[in-house]
Amino acid sequence: MTPGLLFALTGIALFSSGVAGLILQTHLLRKIIAFNVMGSGAFLVLVGLAQRSGEPDPVSQAMVLTGIVVSIAATALALALARRLLNLTGEMRFPAEGQDD
Amino acid sequence: MTWNDALPLLVLSSSLLPGFIIFNLPEERRGMRTALNLAGAGLKLVFIAFMLWGVARGERYEFRYAIVPGLELVLRADALAMLFVTLSAALWFLTTLYAIGYLEGSPHRSRFFGFFSLCVTATVGVAMAGNLFSFFFFYELLTLSTYPLVVHRGKASTMKAGNIYLAYTLAGGAVLLTGVVWLYGLLGRVEFVPGGSVSVLGPAYADQLRLVFGLLVAGVGVKAALVPLHGWLPKAMVAPAPVSALLHAVAVVKAGAFGIVRIVYEVYGADFTHGLGLSAPLAVLAGITILWGSLRALFQDDLKRRLAYSTVSQVSYIVLGVALVGPIGTIGGLVHLVHQGIMKITLFFCAGNYAETLGIHKVSEMNGAGRRMPLTTLAFSVGALGMMSAPFTAGYVSKHYLTEGAAVAGAPWAEWVLLASSVLNAAYFLPILYRAWFKRQEDAWPEESIPRRGWLETNGLLLAPPLVSAVAVLAAGSLSEHPWSPLSWAKLIAERQYVSVER
Amino acid sequence: MIEIELIPLIILVPLLWASLAFIAGPAHGWKLALGGSTLQLVLAWRLAAEVGGGADRVHVPGGWEAPLGIALSADGLAAVMLLLAQGVALPLAFYARAYFARHPEGAHTFWPLTGFLLAAMNALFLSADIFNLYVTLELVGLAAVGLVASGGAGSVAAALRYLLATLLGSGSYLLGVALLYGAYGTVTLPELASQVTEASPPVAMLAAGLMLAGMAVKTALFPFHFWLPPAHGGAPSPVSALLSALVIKASFYLAARLWLALFLPLATPSWGQVIGVLGAAAIFWGSFMALRQARLKMLIAYSTVAQVGYLFLFFPLATHTEPAAAQSALQGVTLQALAHGLAKAAMFAAAGAVILSTGHDRIMQLGGITAHMPVTVFTLAIAGVSLMGLPPSAGFLAKWLLIDSAIVSGQWWWIVVMIAGGLLTAAYVFKVLRHAFLRAEQSEVYKPLPRLVEWPGFLLAVASLALGLRAAELLNVLGTP
Repeated sequence: MTPGLLFALTGIALFSSGVAGLILQTHLLRKIIAFNVMGSGAFLVLVGLAQRSGEPDPVSQAMVLTGIVVSIAATALALALARRLLNLTGEMRFPAEGQDD
Repeated sequence: MTWNDALPLLVLSSSLLPGFIIFNLPEERRGMRTALNLAGAGLKLVFIAFMLWGVARGERYEFRYAIVPGLELVLRADALAMLFVTLSAALWFLTTLYAIGYLEGSPHRSRFFGFFSLCVTATVGVAMAGNLFSFFFFYELLTLSTYPLVVHRGKASTMKAGNIYLAYTLAGGAVLLTGVVWLYGLLGRVEFVPGGSVSVLGPAYADQLRLVFGLLVAGVGVKAALVPLHGWLPKAMVAPAPVSALLHAVAVVKAGAFGIVRIVYEVYGADFTHGLGLSAPLAVLAGITILWGSLRALFQDDLKRRLAYSTVSQVSYIVLGVALVGPIGTIGGLVHLVHQGIMKITLFFCAGNYAETLGIHKVSEMNGAGRRMPLTTLAFSVGALGMMSAPFTAGYVSKHYLTEGAAVAGAPWAEWVLLASSVLNAAYFLPILYRAWFKRQEDAWPEESIPRRGWLETNGLLLAPPLVSAVAVLAAGSLSEHPWSPLSWAKLIAERQYVSVER
Repeated sequence: MIEIELIPLIILVPLLWASLAFIAGPAHGWKLALGGSTLQLVLAWRLAAEVGGGADRVHVPGGWEAPLGIALSADGLAAVMLLLAQGVALPLAFYARAYFARHPEGAHTFWPLTGFLLAAMNALFLSADIFNLYVTLELVGLAAVGLVASGGAGSVAAALRYLLATLLGSGSYLLGVALLYGAYGTVTLPELASQVTEASPPVAMLAAGLMLAGMAVKTALFPFHFWLPPAHGGAPSPVSALLSALVIKASFYLAARLWLALFLPLATPSWGQVIGVLGAAAIFWGSFMALRQARLKMLIAYSTVAQVGYLFLFFPLATHTEPAAAQSALQGVTLQALAHGLAKAAMFAAAGAVILSTGHDRIMQLGGITAHMPVTVFTLAIAGVSLMGLPPSAGFLAKWLLIDSAIVSGQWWWIVVMIAGGLLTAAYVFKVLRHAFLRAEQSEVYKPLPRLVEWPGFLLAVASLALGLRAAELLNVLGTP
């Protein structure tokens, strides 16, 4: 098993657990963390799978960097909204009449 | 764009543009609204007269517009179109006058007349549509523009009726669309040509074509009030009388019947329809509708509902004429398109007069109406006699040709149906006439809103239209041999559908 | 005539005025927005004129070619979508100005966020590689979530739910990008297209599935639609209009673009049918739920759920069918996207007008609005006609083209779906319009409305009608796939 393939499989495993967490967890902070895990999984696949000649691939590194930036912005927004929801309802979960993803 | 291209569009615009303006008029601008209404109606008649003159001389008036390459909106003034268009425009003029008088003081008149104009625009579009797509286009537009008229009064009962109306007409439109697109898929384009264009498809398509025919007829059959799709019509009587007059004489039912005429003659072709074995079922359906309508009419006490069921019955005369093979049946059906229009509008105008002037809504309340409102009752009597196919009336001419057409087509059962229908018509109209003329008024009128002033038994605007249309009924009956009569026009059209016209 | 590069400009202009609007505040933000949007519309128009008929335009920012650089390209489909975005945004900008004058909450973030949203959307339509599509997609999502959250305390839960759903969708998409890059070593669409064939490794199919699933979540295709009604129904009306009319179309555009450019060789007709079934389910479920709503904005939001279903009928109709059918399907779906964009924006604008005037949007109490705001009622009616797919609207034309496509490809069952969908739409549209004809309640108070609140919506509705009467030029720009 090449390192690339190992990275890729790990990435997919992380992604899957991230998705599961995003959907199944009810605590908002955990959902947000799960989203980050999901993202990290995808980045890992991006970097890992693309290794061809053993040299680092600049394109995929660039993409992952961009992705991290986007991810941070999204996480910040999510946290801000979760914080507001906490202030409004006193709970870090979605209100009762809605349901989870 | 030449004059010949533009004229059909001008006919459409003569009601569309005033309609837009009327929507924006404040309620109080009565004079302006009346002026626009009458100007539009008058202008439309002028344009149509011009077109009639041109068509008689062999001019072609056609407007084509491609919405998308391959899909064209076509307005063509052929002979069949002119028949329906002239009827629509003339009766619209009368109904506009009537409506102005009827809705005096009612709320939302700008809205009413705006949709009224849209409705006529759609009707004229249906009449002049030159291909099946354009027909469908204006047909659905008709549904949309008539709904606000049906629910105009805004009461709970009106809204319920409006729901039923929509359910029927939209469902019918959906079925029609299916048939239309199917046919377009088979043929590429479906222009209206005398003799039809479907026959180019080989016998392999026969079953598909029968199914499509069924879909198309069911789709237009809702508006044409074919049994069992007629349920909306009696319920739509909650609308004000001008709306009932317009819907029943001109716009909706006639558009449906007209659709059947176009489909049988100019999409499928009369001979091809017969060849597919579709004429007989259509004729039987028409026959059932004729009898059922008349039977139900017998048991209605509400005057407008009685007239509604009468319409269900009478419009199927047209379908019967179309379904009977041979030019004579065709003439009968086509001429009845016009004749039923003028007779029924007379009756509805009178019904509206009774309601507005004396508060009469039921047959049982009509005792002595003839004394109080002699002119209206005279007009009503002429219309009723026409329905009974009495001599010198328009109804007599239609029935004559239909009966003979049935004989020629080898369908004596249809002759019996027509006879039975005339008897039934007599059965539900004569008692009304008897009550009105020969019985004395027992109690006070339900609600006498318009007092008698001299010989003006009611508002002048309410009185004139039914008298005019009653005269037309008599004229169409007695002067039917005149070259400009509806009968002559129908003969001309029939001639083009078949090779020659016997007799 | 100075040769201006339309493509970068159309992305930079909204970016610029959004940043300035953020600094300048809501008092001046609207002026920047109106000026900027007008300019954008002109640019989009010019671009459409140049692209029309198959002359694609490509722009390479900074001269850095792919794969390291980002190429932007405009073909027919992109040009049409750009027209839709700017064409809807401009009237909505006027509308929002008037709306926020009465309802100031949410105004201070509206203008900058809208500008960023438009910049991101324009960039999305012009992107030519799958990673840039991801970035722009995320930007659109974030801006949209921000707009939803601007609605105040009530919308926070809806915004967060929307955010998490959209992140799920784009995360799935990103994994797909990663897999494709791993398999083929490139992210640019033209290069990928040449390499993806029927004999592709299974990882490509996995990627396709992930990306499509992600887009399905983002476009709220049944059964992933749960987030849409609260978000679209609960946001301020100008925001709802932008979301339903434009944002939804962005992710759908992505799905369609990928399908056409990349995944057709991979897909079997059964994939298309499955997506079509989901679309049909969306149509029926959305319409059914719309009928049950008591509030106008929630009805309109569920209507969006239903109308999205029509868009996804593109997949069964364009997958391995005859070229004529695929062509009709693309034209029909594009026209449907445009018709829905215009009509839905109009409807939400009208709903907002009702709320401004009466203070609520309960359908049962709409009686009497014909007398007090006839323009709004006409907006609802005309937009409704387009949604129902009745003539003379663009919705009807779209329906005709889609039905035509179904006939040519022999998939008559979609015709039944579309026609039944039309009837269900009529049911909930007339549910609203019916009440407009009723007499007014005694207790209702109608505040008079400034012109600018009613007329932009009316204009949008009329545009959906006009498009139904003349679509030849637009389809020309669209060209052949």
